[in-house]
Amino acid sequence: MSKLSRRRVLKGMLNGSAVTIALPFLNCFLNENGTALASGAPLPLRFGTWSWGLGMSEAIFVPKKTGANFDLPLEIASLRPVQKHINLFTNYHVFKDAAPNLCHHSGWVILRSGIAPMTAENRPGETIDVTVANKIGNNTRFRSLSATATGDVRDSFSYENGNSVNAPEWSPLRFYQRLFGGDFQNPNAATFTPDPRVMVRKSSLSSVLEETRSLSKELGTDDRARLDQYFTGLRDLERRFDLQLTKPEPREACIVTDRPQDLPSGLDADLVARRHRMMTDLMLMAVACDQTRVFNMFYASAFSATTKPGYDKPHHTATHEEAVVAAEQCQPNVSWYTRRAMEEWAYYVQAMANFKEGDGNLLDNAFIYATTDQSFAKIHGIEGIPMFSAGRAGGRVRTGLHIDGGASPGCRLGYTAMRLMGLDVPSWGDKSNQTAAEISEILV
Amino acid sequence: MLTHYDKLRSRSAPGRLLLMAAFLATVVFLANCSSDSAEPANSASSLRVRLLTGQQYSNMIAQIFGVDISDSVAAPLPPLTRTDGLLASGAAFVGVTSDQIQQIQQAAATVAAKVVDETHRDFLIPCKPVSSSEADSACAARFLRVAGRLLYRRPLHETKVAELAAVADAAADQAADFYAGLAIALEAMLIGPEVVFIVDVAEPDPERPGQQRLDAYSLASRLSFFLWNAAPDDELLLAAESGELQTSEGLRRVVDRMLTSARLEDGVRAFFDDMMAFDEFGSLAKDPVVYPMVTGATLADAREQTLRTVVDHVITRNQDYRDLFTTRSTFMSMNLAAVYGIPASNGWIAYDFPRDSIRSGLLTQVSFLAAHSHAVRSSPTLRGKALRELFLCQKVPAPPPNVDFSLLEDAGDLKTARERLKIHSTNPSCAGCHLITDPMGLALENFDGAGRYRATENGVELDISGELDGTLYDDVDGLATALRNHPKLPYCLVNRMYAYGTGGPVSLRYDREILAYFLQRFSGHGYKVPDLLRDIALSQAFSRVRAAPVADTVETQPRQIALSQP
Repeated sequence: MSKLSRRRVLKGMLNGSAVTIALPFLNCFLNENGTALASGAPLPLRFGTWSWGLGMSEAIFVPKKTGANFDLPLEIASLRPVQKHINLFTNYHVFKDAAPNLCHHSGWVILRSGIAPMTAENRPGETIDVTVANKIGNNTRFRSLSATATGDVRDSFSYENGNSVNAPEWSPLRFYQRLFGGDFQNPNAATFTPDPRVMVRKSSLSSVLEETRSLSKELGTDDRARLDQYFTGLRDLERRFDLQLTKPEPREACIVTDRPQDLPSGLDADLVARRHRMMTDLMLMAVACDQTRVFNMFYASAFSATTKPGYDKPHHTATHEEAVVAAEQCQPNVSWYTRRAMEEWAYYVQAMANFKEGDGNLLDNAFIYATTDQSFAKIHGIEGIPMFSAGRAGGRVRTGLHIDGGASPGCRLGYTAMRLMGLDVPSWGDKSNQTAAEISEILV
Repeated sequence: MLTHYDKLRSRSAPGRLLLMAAFLATVVFLANCSSDSAEPANSASSLRVRLLTGQQYSNMIAQIFGVDISDSVAAPLPPLTRTDGLLASGAAFVGVTSDQIQQIQQAAATVAAKVVDETHRDFLIPCKPVSSSEADSACAARFLRVAGRLLYRRPLHETKVAELAAVADAAADQAADFYAGLAIALEAMLIGPEVVFIVDVAEPDPERPGQQRLDAYSLASRLSFFLWNAAPDDELLLAAESGELQTSEGLRRVVDRMLTSARLEDGVRAFFDDMMAFDEFGSLAKDPVVYPMVTGATLADAREQTLRTVVDHVITRNQDYRDLFTTRSTFMSMNLAAVYGIPASNGWIAYDFPRDSIRSGLLTQVSFLAAHSHAVRSSPTLRGKALRELFLCQKVPAPPPNVDFSLLEDAGDLKTARERLKIHSTNPSCAGCHLITDPMGLALENFDGAGRYRATENGVELDISGELDGTLYDDVDGLATALRNHPKLPYCLVNRMYAYGTGGPVSLRYDREILAYFLQRFSGHGYKVPDLLRDIALSQAFSRVRAAPVADTVETQPRQIALSQP
């Protein structure tokens, strides 16, 4: 064991190793039974989202069997190593009601906000990660983090309101610098010296807050709302400064990795996969270091334009122009794209499982909500839109299940997630998407 | 053989309807243009609160503290939503999330630390403290007053200076370091909402009782971001302070200085970069298997080539804007020479395509051709859509959700895009939109998805004839000329430039007459862009505002940081 340093072990895990190796037990991190931090504080609960593009090929995606030990049809065969960590939800619906079916927009907006958008530009409400972050994101350096594997800063499924999108990190190097440069306080550092600048920085905010408040009063309704949002953001900044003055709890799996290389632009599936893994590794290390407890990872955008080497149609184009091959029960190239997405979902879940925490791993104390924009993209179908979850949310969720929703609202999964994260909400969603029914089959 | 006229006559009903609509639109448009030459009496624009764009933030930092400091920090502003054709218009609506504010603060800390470091402090701080390990209120105030005036784009009220100096003093005391303290105060300024947002401020217009105009500093900012894409410099702020900017003669002098400044190029590049949706290049890539010679550097050069062409044409040579779409004059780099199939040269050189070249105008440059294609193939639909939306300000509707693409399946035996797209014309729900995009895009099919010339597609000769709103053409030159002569082309530029200048989308309710007025003058001056810039900048509409958007609490006191000067 002496030659297997923690750093080496964790570096191996970050590179996607599916092998879980017990790390040397370090008494300083945890209480005696490994269920809480050394201080006695419980291990934190985390909420993540993951997204892929353009749905599924139902015939080779939806398992025949529901419940535990479900079969893994061809399109999701790559999920076998992580099957025990996830749940698959099929036959759940999103409802547009009187709104139009907006291609590649309605589906994800409803699943993330609970509300059907009225136009392609419309982003109603706020996304679920924002709602959850308001509850559980106040004790970490970042309220939430988002990252995309597309390399395009415009690709996001997270917003505070219609005009305020949470722009994702798109460059591994930039993301690394944001996480581990500047203000990063290593929770495992032997000593803790609060940065004296933080206190004065915080007190200097009062003049900025006053400036914002005073300016806001002079503006019309819409602009005032923007300034009020700015004011709220400054208040939030104040909270983050406070956190920097407090010694962070040691975090067993937190290791600052080497600075990554940046990648070229492009949406070639191999390149996207590389970018996805680099961003996932950074994101999950941020989680392991307790820099955030709410995190969004976007594998593809809506209208996914991922390309396949040697094939002339990007993913979205292929969904419309490729014929269904009866013998294969799918559009073969479209399915190729979906399979690549599922490989990355498996990577993501496994990467979480590889982070040891207490007696288990990061998944034990997390709930990940994974969505897409269509069910059958060829016809812009949104009925039966598939979803996944991963993680056990502090032991409150059973995993390894395939649940048939019986055409009930897909928003039930988001609602379940909110309840798991401690939000006392009587229901979630608008009109037909509204639900007050958790998906009880997955609850312990 | 069918003539173009025959083809036109044989078009489907939707096609004929479209042509008729285009004709009527032109008639209405021309009628609108026949208004007299005086600016409409009540012309005015909206008060805006605009978030700085990323480029404007970088330009501001570079201008005040130097390019090396600007380059050391990524602009912490969010991406903007393209609104009525412009990202700049999206800046009038975008909000700043908590996450983004944190990034703005981090950038501020980086910038401030650089400004006060040993490399920069002697150049950027106009005084030396009595002791570098102690607070020096007077020196701090001196720096903050100077930097604050440039960052806030108006002089700081002395109470604000004192407040910031107190922040610097307290921080200096804590750190026993004057410069560390100063950095904290600078950070506080850099996250100030009046730095991050460009806030228009109105005041009563003495020439029009009961109405309002921009105050002098807001006018200075509007001019500066319009013409230079940067914050006002010292001279412009002085013109605001002295009142010069609020006199018609003074304004003319200022605008003429700005138009002859070398910084005009920054402004014009920023405008066209936005109008041509070149933000696409931020993530654009081509399949390296299909287009091995097209790297990220090639695509960056393609963007640069077009911007150089535009600046040279409309500013340096002051040519007719419309001729941008037929000009054979451009600039060439070694990366691009490989795509264009011409001998390579070192660095950028002026280059004229021969008269018999198929390359003619912006539509045939790699930037347009590659940006509006897929990663692996060309797309007549995307190109046609871009032509209409970017240069004619028309809106091409999104495809309906229930589109039946089944006819396109198994279309592998169809060799050309024209054959494949013809399938759409058999489907009424597709035909409407494809008829307004595809004919233009198909004329560019001699260029593949990376913009390289090709004589054939899959071994088949390409038919590149078509029609643009009633003008028939046989080849790319014909398309370029049809676009060049399209009445919507100059109208669209006027529309976008006015929106860009005044900081938000044009209003169909209020701006029809002012746009017609600018268009008439643009036409009368031979479609010269500097003249249009000047007309907009000097117009009453640019400096007069419709009404302060104060809803319920009208503030009559000057804002905390505003000087009580006119």
